[in-house]
Amino acid sequence: MAILVFLEVKDNKIRKQSFEAATYAYDLAQMLNMPLKAVCIGNISGEEVQKAGRYGVEEVYQIKGQDLDKFLESPYASAVVAVAQAVNAQHVVVSQTFNGKSIVPRLAIKLGVASFSGVIALPTIANGEIQVKRTAYSGKTIQIVGTKSTKCIFSVKNNAYKITENPVTCSIVDFEFKPSAEDRTVTVKEVSKLSDKVSLTEADVIVSAGRGLKGPENWGMIEELASLLGAATACSKPVADVHWRPHHEHVGQTGIQVAPNVYIAIGISGAIQHLAGVNASKTIIVINKDPEAPFFKAADYGVVGDAFEVVPNLIQAIKSYKG
Amino acid sequence: MNTLICIGHVPDTTTKIQLTPDGKQINKEGVTFIIGPYEEYAISRALELKEGGIPGKVSVICVGGPKADETLRKALAIGADEAFRIDTESTDSFFIAHQLASFIKENPFDLIMMGKESIDRNASEVPGMVAELVGVPCVTFCSFLEVNNGKATVRREVDGQVELLEVPLPAIITAQKGFAEWRIANMRGIMAARTKPLKVIPAKEVEEKTYVVGYELPSAKKSCTFIQPENVGQIVNILAERGIL
Repeated sequence: MAILVFLEVKDNKIRKQSFEAATYAYDLAQMLNMPLKAVCIGNISGEEVQKAGRYGVEEVYQIKGQDLDKFLESPYASAVVAVAQAVNAQHVVVSQTFNGKSIVPRLAIKLGVASFSGVIALPTIANGEIQVKRTAYSGKTIQIVGTKSTKCIFSVKNNAYKITENPVTCSIVDFEFKPSAEDRTVTVKEVSKLSDKVSLTEADVIVSAGRGLKGPENWGMIEELASLLGAATACSKPVADVHWRPHHEHVGQTGIQVAPNVYIAIGISGAIQHLAGVNASKTIIVINKDPEAPFFKAADYGVVGDAFEVVPNLIQAIKSYKG
Repeated sequence: MNTLICIGHVPDTTTKIQLTPDGKQINKEGVTFIIGPYEEYAISRALELKEGGIPGKVSVICVGGPKADETLRKALAIGADEAFRIDTESTDSFFIAHQLASFIKENPFDLIMMGKESIDRNASEVPGMVAELVGVPCVTFCSFLEVNNGKATVRREVDGQVELLEVPLPAIITAQKGFAEWRIANMRGIMAARTKPLKVIPAKEVEEKTYVVGYELPSAKKSCTFIQPENVGQIVNILAERGIL
């Protein structure tokens, strides 16, 4: 028996979110007194794979197959299942990234186990049954769910479980896996980047702006602030609706849900739908000239002031801090 | 091409969620229920494809209790041709997926669309489960769909990356923003919806994999610390403390 964690690869590196999942899996393995193993799909260097050892992974099953170099949910799910069976996994832990979300349901059916998506804490055992906390209603509630299944899949919400180092010696097993014909019905034609900037779901800092900016021509200072902070840029729904900014920048309940360490909202009033997309952020800083803006109720820090004065001053202050 | 859109009957996005006194359920009193916003993109796209000259029926299905009929009627008012409701109040992903898979096996469709996630459970589990149970491909998080000669071309937008994929039909596609524009039902649509078929189907027996123990509300944010506009330097300190600068 073992705990198995799925390590997702992007740009030849194991994703940070996978290390969050690995930390969760390590704590789960400690709780159940089981070894922690991992599956990693991608032809990446041994040195990169061994980074998993820092987070308590004793053994990584690496699948290098060329036909698996790009993510496709069906073959990836089958590959994870093959390893789960090879290591006799008790539980499988996945990070709830887009690709994680895409394979979890297939894993659950293939393995015939229960799945929990968006978990934010380790499970507990109540009357011999597993119970776990997850977010629901777009972060507006925490749901406690249970199962009679003794085996589970835990999909860990991004930025909800703190990465901790638990270094161990990590060995790599070359695992042979060939996807079946049924797993290969979808073909990847092309992969491209949406923009040169950091993507919203991966950004550590997000600078977001709304109608308070008055027009698309005023986004220069937002871009400048974001670039100084290595941040991604985002916007509110009304701004995307009137095409001041592209749709893929729309953050909120019906756009992209984000969970950065710092979310800076400029000229956004903070409608409940917007908050539902950003409530998982660790620190929220709001700049708005209206002291009654509902966003201040969800903020950690607030500046009541005109964005056209506050933002340039903030840019200046950051520049002088950086020297 | 016959299209099925699996829709959710979910609280309106503006809903402030409150719990029942025992914390076991969401207090549904006074809550307006809507079609899941992502499923609405899928309905719009299905109608666009039909209007664009691909003949066939646009059907909608919801796994839910009698109250979901109102939501299905809204989908009919927007333009769907027929509606089905599988009669159960269960919220377990596996149970719901099993119901939809059984229905799809008995009533084959060329294209099956869902939202990228429901806005109540946010699990994104049902599409992949149905795909696995029915044995069809699935592409999640799509912001574009075109259908040609029994194949769908989709754009999957994830983590700032765009993947252009080709998938043979029948297949399951899940929609996110960009997929289409929402439509508002007009008076003629609302009138027509009253007489369009809405069939209630009993749920199949299958054991649920999970159960809901209860809910908690997230702990309220401690009050906001206000910084005077002339002291923006303090924000620099906050960013530096968090290792950003």
